[in-house]
Formats: sequence, C-alpha cells, structure tokens
Amino acid sequence: MTSTQHTAPSTTSPAGNPIGFGRMLRKEDARFLRGQGHYLDDLVVPGMLHAAILRSPVAHARIVSIDTSQAEAHPKVRAVITGATLESLNLAWMPTLSADVQAVLATDKVRFQGQEVAMVVAEDKYSARDALELIDVEYDDLPPVVDARKALDPDAPVIRDDVEGRTDNHIFDWEAGDKARADEVFAAADVVVTQEMLYPRVHPAPMETCGTIASMDRVTGRLTVWSTNQAPHAHRTIYALVAGIPEHNIQIISPDIGGGFGNKVGIYPGYVLAVVGSILTGKPVKWVEDRGENLMSTSFARDYHMKGEIAATRDGRILGVRVDVLADHGAFNGTAQPTKFPAGFFHIFTGSYDLEAAYCKVTGVYTNKAPGGVAYACSFRITEAVYLVERMVDLLADELGVDPAELRLKNLLRPEQFPYVSKTGWEYDSGDYPRALKKAMEIAGYDELRREQREKRERGELMGIGISFFTEGVGAGPRKHMDILGLGMADGCELRLHPTGKAQLRLSVQTQGQGHETTFAQIVSHELGIPPEDIDVIHGDTSNTPFGLGTYGSRSTPVSGAAAAVAAQLVRDKARVITAAALECSPDDLEWEQGRWYVKGDPSQGKTIAEVSMLAHGTLELPEGVEGHLDASVVYDPPNLTYPFGAYICVVDVDPGTGQVTVRRFIAVDDCGPRVNPMIVEGQVHGGLADGVGMALMQVIAFDEDGNCVGGSFMDYLLPTSMECPSWETGETVTPSPHHPLGLKGIGESATVGSPPAVVNAVIDALEPYGVRHADMPLTPANVWMAMQGRPMRTDLAVQ
Amino acid sequence: MQVTMTVNGNEVSADVEPRLLLVHFVRDHLGLTGTHWGCDTSQCGTCVLWLDGRPVKSCTVLAVMADGHEVRTVEGLEVDGRLDPVQQGFMEEHGLQCGFCTPGMMMTARWLLDHQPDPDEATIREAISGQLCRCTGYENIVRAVRWAARHPAEPTTAQDTSQEVQA
Amino acid sequence: MQTPAPVDYARATSVEHALELLERLGPESRLIAGGHSLLPMMRIRLAQPECVIDINDLTDLDYVRVEGGELCIGAMTRHAGVLDSPVVGEHYTIFHDAERLIADPPVRNRGTVGGSFCQADPAEDLAAVGSAVKASVVLRSSQGTRTVPAREFHAGPYETVLGDAEMLTELRVPIRPGATSAYTKVKRKSGDWATAAAGAYVVLRDGVVADVGIGLTALGAPHFCAEEAEAYLVGKEPTEEHLAETGRLAAQACNPRADQRGPVEYKLHLAGELTQRVLRQSVARAEGRA
Repeated sequence: MTSTQHTAPSTTSPAGNPIGFGRMLRKEDARFLRGQGHYLDDLVVPGMLHAAILRSPVAHARIVSIDTSQAEAHPKVRAVITGATLESLNLAWMPTLSADVQAVLATDKVRFQGQEVAMVVAEDKYSARDALELIDVEYDDLPPVVDARKALDPDAPVIRDDVEGRTDNHIFDWEAGDKARADEVFAAADVVVTQEMLYPRVHPAPMETCGTIASMDRVTGRLTVWSTNQAPHAHRTIYALVAGIPEHNIQIISPDIGGGFGNKVGIYPGYVLAVVGSILTGKPVKWVEDRGENLMSTSFARDYHMKGEIAATRDGRILGVRVDVLADHGAFNGTAQPTKFPAGFFHIFTGSYDLEAAYCKVTGVYTNKAPGGVAYACSFRITEAVYLVERMVDLLADELGVDPAELRLKNLLRPEQFPYVSKTGWEYDSGDYPRALKKAMEIAGYDELRREQREKRERGELMGIGISFFTEGVGAGPRKHMDILGLGMADGCELRLHPTGKAQLRLSVQTQGQGHETTFAQIVSHELGIPPEDIDVIHGDTSNTPFGLGTYGSRSTPVSGAAAAVAAQLVRDKARVITAAALECSPDDLEWEQGRWYVKGDPSQGKTIAEVSMLAHGTLELPEGVEGHLDASVVYDPPNLTYPFGAYICVVDVDPGTGQVTVRRFIAVDDCGPRVNPMIVEGQVHGGLADGVGMALMQVIAFDEDGNCVGGSFMDYLLPTSMECPSWETGETVTPSPHHPLGLKGIGESATVGSPPAVVNAVIDALEPYGVRHADMPLTPANVWMAMQGRPMRTDLAVQ
Repeated sequence: MQVTMTVNGNEVSADVEPRLLLVHFVRDHLGLTGTHWGCDTSQCGTCVLWLDGRPVKSCTVLAVMADGHEVRTVEGLEVDGRLDPVQQGFMEEHGLQCGFCTPGMMMTARWLLDHQPDPDEATIREAISGQLCRCTGYENIVRAVRWAARHPAEPTTAQDTSQEVQA
Repeated sequence: MQTPAPVDYARATSVEHALELLERLGPESRLIAGGHSLLPMMRIRLAQPECVIDINDLTDLDYVRVEGGELCIGAMTRHAGVLDSPVVGEHYTIFHDAERLIADPPVRNRGTVGGSFCQADPAEDLAAVGSAVKASVVLRSSQGTRTVPAREFHAGPYETVLGDAEMLTELRVPIRPGATSAYTKVKRKSGDWATAAAGAYVVLRDGVVADVGIGLTALGAPHFCAEEAEAYLVGKEPTEEHLAETGRLAAQACNPRADQRGPVEYKLHLAGELTQRVLRQSVARAEGRA
C-alpha cells in the first residue's frame, strides 16, 4: 500500500463549529428565537384541568373552619381539596430535604403568610381563580415570630407544635473548625475586628415561575409529571417514596425551563397537589403559580445573621476567622443541601486565605416565614461564607489602614500550597490566586482608580472601589460524603454512537438556560473528534436518561461533564480496539488524531469514528470479550469538589445628597479551568454579576411586625434592569482541576457568589469620609443616606 | 364578546370574555406561546408584543381592547423562514440563555431599530429598561442589538392571509 | 398570573358617548384609557368595576398644541407622546425630565396624561409636574365644561374632584416667556415609583426670581406643591442660601410616610435636597449653563 499525502483534519466542522472547545453558537437558540420554546405553561395535555391554590393571608393562626361548599358548587369546578382531604390520604404532610416535614395543605395552623390552605381544580384558570374567592376560611390569629433574633426568646410563640414534644423554635446547632485553637489564636492576636452583618432573605425569582402538569392514568397506574424541575430523577424517587406510587410507573419530564437558579430544585406543595388533583379527577391537572406565590412561598435564599471576627498581626497577616450564625429557616426546615451539611458548605468561610485557625457555629431557627434557604446560586451557602470573609477582610484593611488589595495579596493562598486543606476540612484542588487578583487590578487600572478617588475626595465627591476574592466549592459531590435524602450525588451518562456515526448523549442534568445542549456536545466532540452538530444531547425525561441528582450548585460541568468525558473516552478506547480488528493490527499500533485512529507511520491507514461505528454495528469479527455497537455507560462519582475562583473589582459613585449608588464599572476575572465554550462561560458570569448589583443595592424579602411579607411582588422585590448594570469587563485565568478528566471546574454560580461583597465593599469604601464601617444589604438610597448619618438601617424587617 | 384583530398579518376572530387579558388570548386562544408572562404587577415585560406598531405589555391590555387593532408577536419576526436581523443578532452574540425574556426583548429591539437604526449603548439600555432578564446581565442583549444594527436585512413584504379562529 | 373578576365592556366612540355611558352605567363603571393603573388593580381584584368603558378610540384627545397662550395636552396623549413632543420640550423641559423617569418605555406607550392625573397616586410624577407649573385641567360632563387648577384637582391619595359622570379632557399650562424648568427623582431602580421627586420652574428677571413653581410627589405634600416655599423665593436672588431656605420650607410642606423606600427623616431630607436641585438646574438653564 502506498502512503498517500495526509492532511491534518480541520478543527472546524462542516457547520463551522469548533470540534471540541471554542466559541460556538448555541444549538438550543433555534427554537427560543422563534418563540418555539416549550416551557411548562406552553404545554397543553388533552383534557387537562387547571388548579389554583388558596393561601393564608396571615403569618400565624389556627384554622377554625374551612367552608368549601360554595366553591364546590361553581359550575366549572371539578374538585376542591383541603388539608382534611389530604389527611385521609396520609398526604397532608410531606418530608422535606432536611429531615423535617412540611404541610402540603395546612391542617391545624397556618405558619407563614402565603402558606397553602386549599386547592381548586377547574375547567379553566380564570374559573379556578374565581372559585378561590368562594372558599371561606376562618382564622384565629396567633402572635407571629418575625424577628429571627427573637425566635429563641423564652416567651417566643412555638411555631412547630405539630411536632410532639417541641417547646421552642430551635432547629439545630452545627459547628465546624477548631474552637479551642481559634480561641487561642484570637486571644494572642494583635488585632481583632468584629462585625455583625446580615445576608438578607432574597429570592432567585427566575422569569418563569414554578409549575407542573400531573397526569395519573387510572388504567395503567402510570403517573406522568411535567414540571419546572432542575432534578427530575430525584423528584421521581421522592414521589415514589412519599406517594407510594411504584417508581417505574412514574415519569418526570422537565420541558424547557425559563431560569432555575435553585428555585426549581425542591418539591413544592403545588406539585403534590396537582398529582392529588389528577388522582381525584382522573384528568391531567396543570398548576402554575403566579409571581406572588413564587416570591412568598417557594424557596427563598440566604437569611443568615452573622457575627464575624477576624484576627491578624499588626503587620497584616490574617491569623483566624470566627463566625457565629443565626440561620432563619422559615416555618419548615426545607433547605436543600447534602444531608451531612445542615449549614451547607458555609464552613468554607475561611475563604481564599491561609489561616491558622477557624471556627463557626450555626444555629438554625424557625420563624413564621416561607421555608427554604438554599437557593439562588448559593453553592450551598458559599454566598454567605464569601460575603462574610470578604467583608471581614475589608474591615481589617480599614482597621489597619492598609489598601484592601495589598492586604489580600499578602494573605492569599500561594500556588505552591495546592492542593490545600483548609482549617475546616476542604481540599482546594488548584489555584493561582495572586495572578487572578493582579489581572483584575490591571484591567481595572487600580492605581489610577485610587488616584482618582483621592482627587474626588478632596472635592467632597464619593467614589468607592471594592474588591472581592472568592473560592467556590462546586460539583457536589463524592457520594460517600454527599447525598440528598440518601441519594448519593453521583451522576450517570450514556453515550451511544449510531451506525452512521452520529451520537446521542443522555444525561441526568437539566439545563435552565446554561446551554447544556451545546456545551456537552462540545465535550464529546473534544474527546471523539466528531462535529458537535452530530451529537444530540438528551436530558430532562426520567424515562430516557440515566439517574443523577440534577443541576444546581454548578455541578453539571464538574460531574456530568466529567461523566460525558469519561464515556467519550471509553467509546474512543473501544473504537481503537475495533479499528485494530478492522485493520488487522494491534491496538498499540494505532495513534489518535481528532476523530480518527490511524496506523503509526502510515496515516492513510485508519478509521474515523463514523467508520468504526458502522463496523461496530456490522459483521466485523470482534476480539474476545468485546461487544458490538459503540456505546458507553458511566456513573461518575466525583472524587472531590472542584474549586473555581475569581477576583472581582467594583467601582461605584455615590450621590452624597441622596445616597443613590451608581455602579460605574465592574471587573471580573474568573478561573473555572479550561472553558469548553468561552461565550457561554462569559454569559454565565454576566448573569451572576447582575445578581450582585441586585442583592447589594435593592433585593430583599422583608417582613413587618405582623409577619406580612413585604416583597411579594416585583413592586417591592426589586430586580436590576439594564440601567443599573454597567457594561461588564471580564477576564480569565486558567488553572485546571487536577482531578476532573478535562480539568473543568464549573462556572454557573461563581459570579453570584463573588459579586455582592465587591459591590458592598465599594459602597462602604465610598462612604469612608463619613466614617461608615458597615451597612447591610440592600444598600438602597435610604439605607446609604442613613448610614452616612451614622444610623444604617436594619433590613430584614420592614421600615418603620 | 366577538373580537377581531390582525395578528402577525393574519385576521383572527374569536368569542372571548371581556376580562380576558391579551396575553392569554394570544397564548391560549391563538396558540402563540412565544409571548410569555412572568409577574403580577406589569413589571417584568416578558409579555411584550406590538400593539399598533408599539411595544406594550400585553398582560395589561384586555383582548377586547385590541379588537380592530393590529398585533405583532415574536412568531411574526421571522419571514419566509429567514430570521430577522434581531433574531440573528441574539444568536450571534449569545443574547439569550433560558430564552424566557427573549421574545419581548427582541420585539422591543426590532421597534427600536425601526426608529433608530444606529442606537448607542445607552439608548439600547433605556429601550429595554422595562424588561427584566435574570440570565444575561443584559450585556449580550445590548451586543445583540448592536449586531443587528450593523447587519440590517433587505426589507421584505409579508403576505396577508385571513383565518377564522374558533375559540 | 392573576386574572380579573368578570367585567362588562363598552367602547366609547366620542367624549359625549363616554359621558353618556358613564351616566347610564353608573358609579361602578370606570373609564379605561392606558389601563396601566386600572388593570393591575383589577388583576389582583383590588378593583372590581362592573363595566370598563374603553376610551382609546378618542384619538381626537391625543394632541399637544399651543392655544391661547397655553400649552394644551389632550387627556389621551400617551406618556411617550409627551416625551417625544418637541412643542412640550420647547416650553417646559420639566415634562421631558419627568417623562423620562416615569415607569418604563412599554408602559409609556399606553399610559395617558389623563389617566395618570385621574389616578391621583400620591407618588404620581405628572401630578407634581402639573402642580409645579400651576396647570389647570379641563373637565367635561353632560352639564358642561369646567376648568379647575391642577392644585385643586387632587383632593387626597387616589381622590380627585372629578364627578361620577365627568371626564378630564385636557391639561393646560400657561406659557411663561423666559421660564425654565426641571424635574428630578430619587428611586431605588429604574421603573420604581418615586422615593421622592421634585419639579420646578423659574422665571428670572434681572437676576431675581420673578416667578416660581414647586411641585413635589411621594412626599405627602398637599396638592403636590409647596406654596410657602414659592412665596419665600419670589423676589429673591437664587443664591445657595436662599435655595437652602426654600428647600427647608418645601420640606415643611411635606408629610411623607415611612415605607420600604425610606424612613420619614430621609424623605424629608430629600424634599429639601431635591427642591434645591431642580431650582438650581432651572436657574442654570435660564442662565444658559445647562
């Protein structure tokens, strides 16, 4: 055989896409741009009925009576369900993700404003809403617990008297670190700075609210559920356990989701009620919540009252951090995080610094508010941890009179210290922190900004520069440590090559806008060298995808991305064996170039993946032990979390006469390892940065003294628009994860985690001429101005 | 009540309750689910479509008020299988992630470019300031509109067809 | 999403027809123009009129013109129309300043001047503008037409002097040669109602304030104005000291409520601060410096 001229394969596919990593336009855009997305409320199931939920107008009250007779008499109403109905089905209460129970419909009491009290199923949604007005509920008001700081007072009303023997509102105490060592270090330190700070209750508020269509087929006993759902398989298992429906008879389908951000992880009473409604009526039942229901009853985020302490030497070496946290969990403990971690990953509060000692104690309490706490891109409470430590570092800089960038550069972990085991037990996989911070400072023109600030201060103008350096811990997680309700956090992946060489990748993760249909195709494309347009990514339907715990906590790329890479590698390895069989040589004689195995020294002799797939499905004799077809199935158990990190710098101008804050610039340097699709990664960062502006300046779900939620609509729960956000300036460094097959770390929540402290630090920095040390988020104009007067506002309670 | 209106160039008629919101008419009666809804207080803007050539929040219009008027939705942007430059721009510049706010954003962008073919960043930000996005942080939406401004298409004429809709 | 209670619908073909419908259908009927005050309330069922009377066909009320020495704005003029009107901008920049800060672009495509005035929201920007420029409103009923000063039109929060079967048809603003004006607003984000806002016009003669109007919104100032502050400034030079005292008097006229936008102390501060700013800016515009 003669050796013919061999040209290296193009790294661009016939459709113009990169083969592997690179900027690629998204496959999913085609339908969204045409208004052809299939979101939950777009779905029509023949015969479907519509449900509406009656909710409690008060925060804490006994239910004296519920009269549904008029609602039942409405000509278009097919069913009315109350707590009494559910009690007879043993479904009035359901387990939460934190070993508590939550009322599906209130029976004895209502425990937060907006709690579910009854459900109507009607022929159309306007009639369902009309029928709600016909239900008469008599309440006997009880004093509510609204101020979390008073929840453990001896005379505080007991909220959870549904639990036998309960006499207070205490949920748990949890600690991490070494208290004795920390006490030693603090006692001997030159400088100790203490600060109380609140990370207020906020809400993810995706543009699409939560909803479901439940259809119980009376003939087959099969339950089909469409729902806005970031974790379809977990939901299926939980429905099986709770409702007693055999798991193989349940199919959960997540259609297109209009944003999740952790709002669509848990199982809400509305979902269970729709299932009950379908069982009772024999028809599919659709329930979609309105925005008020979304904000007032679905999983809120944060609500951590923190007291931080930081100890340092006189010359600015940080020695230790201590934190005391009061965690407001609302009326039911429904936080969604791995079982062994009731405070999530909060104990990563040691941040990006090398400390000698660290200790935290977290106390969880009940209040008369909606349940939740872990949501909104928090990476399981890392938002709270990063906010705490980055504020403390700035307070220390202020105390020592040193530049906050210099203080950080002095204390950041150094590259040679990785892998780094922190004082609270986290093993950070890799990082070059000083490089990222210096890059951010360079992009920002940091020295020039400080010069400008000095000049402005002389003229009485308020300008602030705020830094945030964060280490994230994502990609939960190793199944021996991490489970949700006993389900280990390992994810499956199935890769199947068709005879003509096209591929299908089935995953357990669930995109809500992150671009999985594109990114995961690119991962397989990278490993197999076939065009990403030839790879179909399938997810969202429990009937045709492998088991896994879903998408949240930035885990898709670290876990399922790893699974996809491993599966593709297995396929590639098998392709080698099949090529060897076809070419009658040894697999060791073969080398790989993008998409093709070829004979070393004779590149014209080779087989592409497509050719191999046809052979694998054909009649070629295969070696002993080698099965036909070209598939791989993997369950990936991550050995560790991955640790993306970043350095953010925010520049603000504050109007001293009004307290209004303008975010002039925001510089974000992120390191998430290699970037599969830089365009998608950058987009993820942009979105999270807007969250920082929103949370720092305007977002809060507050309550008045009667427990009324002041934040139940977008009139009061304020979200940033295009006017409040600057044009983001982004940069990158690349430090691969040593344990991920492709070194990928994940990016989804980084910017939401890292940005709020940058904005707050900037505003406090701006107010330095007024001697302001700290003020809590949200830094509305009123709060800023009041801080300037020496009286920053308390933001978890309504303004008096 | 009987209502008749032109939607994306087609005349439609239906019998509706006076209280029916235009967004529900478009979505549930006409099956044009590209227009979305996302709040209770006329703030989020995911329901934006054109009424008589102007972007409006369709959750705050009764269908009966649109009787005799002209409605355009995202489904009407594409002509004869060709994407509008705005749609193309949103794809080129990654101006969408979950896609939920996107139809409304594109309708506003199309209107803006029809009236100001070369808007600067501040003008674009103001034009979309009544519409929320939770995914993109707005930057790529601005870039998408700028892309469309730099790549205007040749004008085409859409054909009119009449159809009765039994509602 | 929330949905309204059942309601009847009628469409007016003229002002006379609208008035006739109002009379016939009674006080449980409501005119609907832009609908961006009424429909949100209907959706959450805070408002449950028996019938809505659609006046969007009254396009002959959509105009901006100068007539008889007054700037005349028809009640059906959309906010966007006011913002886009060069005639308005030529005489009273305060309208443009305010409109740019009212709601957001899609809402401004529907909301009308008449609707905003009649809603009488205590945080309504146009109410402050109307009071600042000492406008008057033309009201029509089957009994005839009457003209009421804007400062007397609003009787309290969500309350006007409009009779049951009466309609606001026009806003009229006296054109004052040499007048310059400005409006400013503090809000927590774009699209939020005002935390506080102020507007003013001045006429300077020989470096002295010959005429001035001050309007305030979201501050509980009765009739959205501060007459004592105006009276103080007339005849004085617009020095910083005089503006500060004017601001102090304007704040005295206010009675803001504490809410999530801020405590009373802050809002009273804003009353004074923003009054000074709009006066300062109006003066700067008069002197060609802005």
